Amino acid sequence: MDKPVVIVVGAGPAGTRAAQTLAQAGLRPVVLDENRLQGGQIYRRQPENFSRPASKLYGASARSATALHTAFEALLPHIDYRPETLAWGISSNQLLTEHHQHVETLPFDAMIIAAGATDRIMPCPGWTLPGVFTLGGAQIALKAQACTIGAAPIFMGTGPLLYLVAWQYLRAGVKPRAVLDTSSFKTRMKGLSGLRHRPAILAQGIRYMADLLRTGVPLHAGITPVRVEKQENDTDLRVRGVTWRTARGQLRHTEGDAVGIGYGLRSETQLADLLKCDFAFDALSRQWLPVTDEDGATSQKGIYLAGDGAGIRGADAAESAGELAALRCLADLGRPVAQKEVECLRDALKPMNAFRHGLETGFPWPWKNAADLPDETVICRCENVTAGDIRRAAGPLDAPEVNRAKAFVRVGMGRCQGRMCGLAGTEILAAARNIPIEEAGRIRSAAPVKPLPAKIRGIMT
Amino acid sequence: MSQPVTPTTARADVIIVGGGLMGAATAFFSRQRGLSVILLERDLVGQYASGTNFGNVRRQGRFLPQLPLANRSRVIWGRLPELIGEDVEFLPSGHVRVAFKQQDSARLEQYAQDCKPYGLELELYSGRKAVERFPMLSPDVDCASFSPLDGHANPRLAAPAFGRAARRAGATVLEGAEVTNITRTSEDFVVETAKSQRFTAPLLQISSGAWAQKMAAAFGENLPFTPKAPQMGVTEPVPYRIQPVIGYASWVEEEGVYLRQVKRGNIIFGGGQRGTVDLVAKRARLDPLNTVRQMPHLERILPDFARLRVIRTWAGIEGYTEDDLPVMGPSARIPGLYYAFGFCGHGFQLGPGVGATMADLLATGQTEIPLAPFSIARFAQPSAQ
Amino acid sequence: MKGLFRRVAEAERPHITITVDGQPVTTLEGDTLLTALLLAGSQLRLNEFDQKPRAGFCLMGACQDCRVWTENGDELRACSTPVSSGMRIVTAEVPWTSQ
Repeated sequence: MDKPVVIVVGAGPAGTRAAQTLAQAGLRPVVLDENRLQGGQIYRRQPENFSRPASKLYGASARSATALHTAFEALLPHIDYRPETLAWGISSNQLLTEHHQHVETLPFDAMIIAAGATDRIMPCPGWTLPGVFTLGGAQIALKAQACTIGAAPIFMGTGPLLYLVAWQYLRAGVKPRAVLDTSSFKTRMKGLSGLRHRPAILAQGIRYMADLLRTGVPLHAGITPVRVEKQENDTDLRVRGVTWRTARGQLRHTEGDAVGIGYGLRSETQLADLLKCDFAFDALSRQWLPVTDEDGATSQKGIYLAGDGAGIRGADAAESAGELAALRCLADLGRPVAQKEVECLRDALKPMNAFRHGLETGFPWPWKNAADLPDETVICRCENVTAGDIRRAAGPLDAPEVNRAKAFVRVGMGRCQGRMCGLAGTEILAAARNIPIEEAGRIRSAAPVKPLPAKIRGIMT
Repeated sequence: MSQPVTPTTARADVIIVGGGLMGAATAFFSRQRGLSVILLERDLVGQYASGTNFGNVRRQGRFLPQLPLANRSRVIWGRLPELIGEDVEFLPSGHVRVAFKQQDSARLEQYAQDCKPYGLELELYSGRKAVERFPMLSPDVDCASFSPLDGHANPRLAAPAFGRAARRAGATVLEGAEVTNITRTSEDFVVETAKSQRFTAPLLQISSGAWAQKMAAAFGENLPFTPKAPQMGVTEPVPYRIQPVIGYASWVEEEGVYLRQVKRGNIIFGGGQRGTVDLVAKRARLDPLNTVRQMPHLERILPDFARLRVIRTWAGIEGYTEDDLPVMGPSARIPGLYYAFGFCGHGFQLGPGVGATMADLLATGQTEIPLAPFSIARFAQPSAQ
Repeated sequence: MKGLFRRVAEAERPHITITVDGQPVTTLEGDTLLTALLLAGSQLRLNEFDQKPRAGFCLMGACQDCRVWTENGDELRACSTPVSSGMRIVTAEVPWTSQ
């Protein structure tokens, strides 16, 4: 029998370890990655002609990053690696890809999707101004381009990435003007029992905060964003600072020339959706996620999820999950798999799940803010759909859920397919109709997963 | 469109099963004629074919005997914002059919002659003149047939807007009301829903699109019928440059693509091969391979299309009869029963006209619009008569 | 007009020049177009609906807000496109040949 074709989508921690496990079992997986260089977002590499050492780029995770990069280099002869390749659609048992405007159809026997995540965004007035970037974006600027998003950045949102990025900026010599966290100290304490499952990570986070405080970076907890302020002259429009409310409700203003925002992460689930995997509402993160078992197997035969694309657990968990999903895939393909190894990985992931619980509890998505956003706030930045537009869909146009609102007022209908606005838009709809968020649905995915050039060619018709 | 109070039982002059554009428009015009109306929609008004189609408000190219209906509909499209109180983005910006092959051009020329008696005036442009008139077109266009008063509208808005207007006019419009059983007493049709609601009326219209065949069959009027999924897509927004709808006039299925630009800039396209439908799961399949196949043909009519990016695709669920014509008019067997379904992918333009014409029938039993070619009687088997 | 971005390291790379809206912009090999444009200025393009400037957002190819164009009309996602010598970029959509 021919070797089964297994496609791995994504070459971050989960995808790399999945590919490695498949290759070790004698398969030659196809590894598709949108990026030019392997590593994913977390272990994103700098361009070849940059020279900073890994310790500078990845800090405490330098060893993991280097190990992942090295493992991948060793894999290259054993995999069909396709960088800068978008997996954009499914036609029965074929995956459609695009690389430099060339389409290919790849038949597959199994697929491991390790598509990662993007920042979870809660819009606020002014968030579309030049100078406002996601926390992940702010980190990429530094990691992959040795640039900062400004000279006096403000970091606003919640979650560990907020402090990590602020700390990395501090270390790079650009002192943040403030770190504004929507989570209060009291809320964070609620997450402690979960966060304790990974004491080293917790200690690191505390160290970042301590370093920031020691150098005089104000850390504010329990804040509510009011708006990103603009500075305008002639054709130049950019960030001037952030207005926010303290936990006690007092208005404050922090001057700055750039803002990094992010409220934890959201999974990239489009391919799983196109493959018709079942989704279920995850009350912890208030998101709909593909249903998987503990190994990453979905409701669809031969389709597995690993890494942050299946739920946010971070890079270490992603490596284990990638390996575990690959072992499960091998077992399902009838290949021998060491059960001990499987058990070992399952055990390794258990504290990660508890840690995830701690993160979502301690640094929750500030969903209640959505209801208070002024009507004129842009929510969908692709289509410039405002909170008021969504409320009009929810009320006078009587859209019971978010896809109907999308049909009426175009929220989530733009180029990014709701990646940036989908969660907040759904919260606004749910609040306006006074219904539980799970009843407000989730934006359905559609091919192409990302914009596809009309020039595409390559399929015989 | 949740009603404040959902009735569990009610009687009206007419029950309309299916809240697509046909059903919603019929509900609206029936109210205008003073009939009491209950519209039962299984899911949301205008969710399937009515909300996912291309949005063509095109008369040219239609089956000639259908033009009186299409003309009536076009008049209503022109009155829409006032009539229903909502804008559905109707743009009477014209419709062009372009041909690249001489035999296709000959057909366009013939049609332009044949449609004149029906009051449809087309402008024909040959060769260079076509590109002078429509500079966005490919320079090798052989012939362009322009229908200046046709245009396009937003299908996501049209049927729901008619539904809301019908409700404002006093119709009972129920969403989430799946019809599970229809029986007939000596006076009334009795329609029951999955939520154990029970509605009665002496008149019944079936306008449940791709799902209507089963209901007609239950009344002893079966017909060959195939649900199909049009393959649609949309590009990113670019400055508004293309006023008319443009269709590729080819009799090769795969070449038959069409596009329109909405004022905010996106170019919506469709055509070519259709996909498959699962009527039980209520899912239509968009095969992304079809999207890829559409690209060269779209570029053929509009060379600048090649610069754009496709940002979304979708499919709809449409019902097709064997002769590519709808089923519209009274039942051939059951008094009081009416049909408006199976519009074979070209029902959107007709929607308002169908609503007005069906309201004629429901209110008076007759209409000035000739409907004989669309009678369900044409499918009757001799043995079943 | 000051740039948004600040370069904090890795300045020892070969210089290359690209053209942005007809003006030369000097940048370094290995920069992305987004980096080059935001070191030199404060925006990438205007949003097509409100005509207000945008400067990208996610930097990881998800938000699609950072596009620019080549002079012959090809669209580029600035955050994931490396600069190359002689590139000619414009920050507004290029009119169609047919118009």
